[in-house]
Amino acid sequence: MLEHLIPVLAGTLAAATPLIFAGLGELVAERSGVINLGVEGMMLIGAVAGFAAAAHSDGGALAGLPAGAFAGALAALIFAILSLSMAANQAACGLALTIFGIGLSAFIGQHYVSYSLPGLQPLALPGLSDIPVLGPVLFHQDTVTYLGLLSFAGVWWVLRKTRLGLILKAVGEAPDAAHAIGYPVIAIRYAATLFGGAMAGIGGAYLSTVYTPLWVQNMVAGRGWIAIALVVFAAWNPTRLLLGAWLFGGVTILQFHAQGLGIALPVQLLAALPYLATVVVLVLISRDKRLLQLNLPASLGKPWMP
Amino acid sequence: MPLLEARPTPSPQMRLLAPLIAIGLTLAVGSLLFLSLGKSPVEAFGVFFIQPLSSGNGWSELMVKAGPLILIAQGLAVGFRARIYNIGAEGQLIMGALAGGGVAIAFDGVDAWWVLPLMVLAGALGGAVWGAIPALLRTRFNAQETLTTLMLAYVATFTLSYMVNGPWRDPEGMNFPQSILFGDPALFAPWFEGMRVNASLLIAAFASAAFWFFTSRSFLAYQLTVGGLAPAAARYAGFSADRTVWLSLVLSGLTAGLAGVGEVAGPVGQLNLNISPGYGFAAIIVAYLGRLNAIGIVLAGLLMALLYLGGEAAQVALQLPAAITGLFQGMLLFFLLGADVFVDYRLKPRPKPAYA
Repeated sequence: MLEHLIPVLAGTLAAATPLIFAGLGELVAERSGVINLGVEGMMLIGAVAGFAAAAHSDGGALAGLPAGAFAGALAALIFAILSLSMAANQAACGLALTIFGIGLSAFIGQHYVSYSLPGLQPLALPGLSDIPVLGPVLFHQDTVTYLGLLSFAGVWWVLRKTRLGLILKAVGEAPDAAHAIGYPVIAIRYAATLFGGAMAGIGGAYLSTVYTPLWVQNMVAGRGWIAIALVVFAAWNPTRLLLGAWLFGGVTILQFHAQGLGIALPVQLLAALPYLATVVVLVLISRDKRLLQLNLPASLGKPWMP
Repeated sequence: MPLLEARPTPSPQMRLLAPLIAIGLTLAVGSLLFLSLGKSPVEAFGVFFIQPLSSGNGWSELMVKAGPLILIAQGLAVGFRARIYNIGAEGQLIMGALAGGGVAIAFDGVDAWWVLPLMVLAGALGGAVWGAIPALLRTRFNAQETLTTLMLAYVATFTLSYMVNGPWRDPEGMNFPQSILFGDPALFAPWFEGMRVNASLLIAAFASAAFWFFTSRSFLAYQLTVGGLAPAAARYAGFSADRTVWLSLVLSGLTAGLAGVGEVAGPVGQLNLNISPGYGFAAIIVAYLGRLNAIGIVLAGLLMALLYLGGEAAQVALQLPAAITGLFQGMLLFFLLGADVFVDYRLKPRPKPAYA
């Protein structure tokens, strides 16, 4: 059993990485009062940009991540101009961004359909990776997975321990009050939205350059939407987001190890599991209206103009 | 300094103008795109918008594609008016196709008039049930329909994949993921020899008329709209929010299911993995572009269908990738949302210099 469990747990961490990046980005944006339903589109744009950068440079996967971040932020900028500067409906703009991202990434990506990239070798942390069980699970991962955990720590620290985190919260909870005491509400929301785009872009680039290092049309396959659901599940708390991402990473990876674990279900039904799990998790968390109302940024999704 | 100021009242002219502005901007950016790809924009738009309509078969194909788009968008518009965002119509379409296709497979070889009506009924029911699940989750457990409808669309895709790879796979289909080809009693007969347009178009036409009547004449539609625009006022007036959710999602699921059965009993003729080129998602754009208005949706559906046909023609004639259709769809929706801002806002006049 253990020899099956170790690859499952190690794979879970890698499968959770794109969700951690995209989820953290969306969490920060939502904390500032902006709900961007374009995560799927930004991830796709990041994925194709990252793939292109990695394919055309010597940097490989590590050239892909900055390119993905930049492209994701650029995509978020379109959303921000429409929904923040022009006060258009955020839900509709996010949906448009997703539809646009699906089209744009398929259009650019058709040059790369038969390419494949070398990917990224796992980096065994010296000493730590020799610990039995924990070593191969936690400390024998690719660099980006470590980077994802570092990002979590960074976001947690900023939201929890810094003035910046408080300002973000003020802007999300009470933009009028934040504006009255002199904070640039729109600029802060722009920054949070662009951060969300960059993180989604990194998540997408990780998928196309490291996780499955080849380009497949629509390869993000709903992970952007799952990331949005995770933010709700997490009740806007980064630690719960991390746990949620691991849970979903585990459900995603299950289909590849089902046979070894003795689960006899058709492949397609196993593949549907993460999406079903998202519905179940959303239902479980949303039942508790009090919990959501307590944590929901009060101005989430409401256009604001000075 | 903000450049926009709110209009005292929304501009009705701008509401009608916005789709035209969006189409114009999409064509302008499209021209630049064609130029950058080394194609003449005039030639490219000729291939995109004129060539598909230069033959009888082209018009038939236009109707084949416009039918499902219009049908789904009419259903979605009811919910969108009430701010219920069903974005998983693609899944409801697939479940409708599966239910209708299941009837065709079960009664394969039965030569009776009732097979096709039964398929249509099953398709409507399949789509409506798939729409009812998010309605239940929203009204009973407060789960956002945006996310649940979309997640269930993925579940529907995998269910279809399972059925055509497993229980319903054609035993003589050389292991391709597809069902048997349906017999004539399970198909809409084409109206013209050699063309694919068929009676399923009447469903879209009937739905358009029904929704026009429903939205412009009925009190229920008024309640829905008020529920979307002013939930507090709707509650005060005693309009039920739960009923709005149920009606929006079940109705849009039903129309998407009908569109699905129209595909498998029409141009596709079997169950396989390519029963829809994203009609469920494109219909979202159709609904907005048509201003959530029954007649507007018919026009927008025709335009979107032309965009699909043009994309196919451009692939053959200009070696452009088929994905260009998706790119145009995305741009169109973005420009529309941008232009829509000017329904409620206008540019602020520059402050006049203080000297006189």
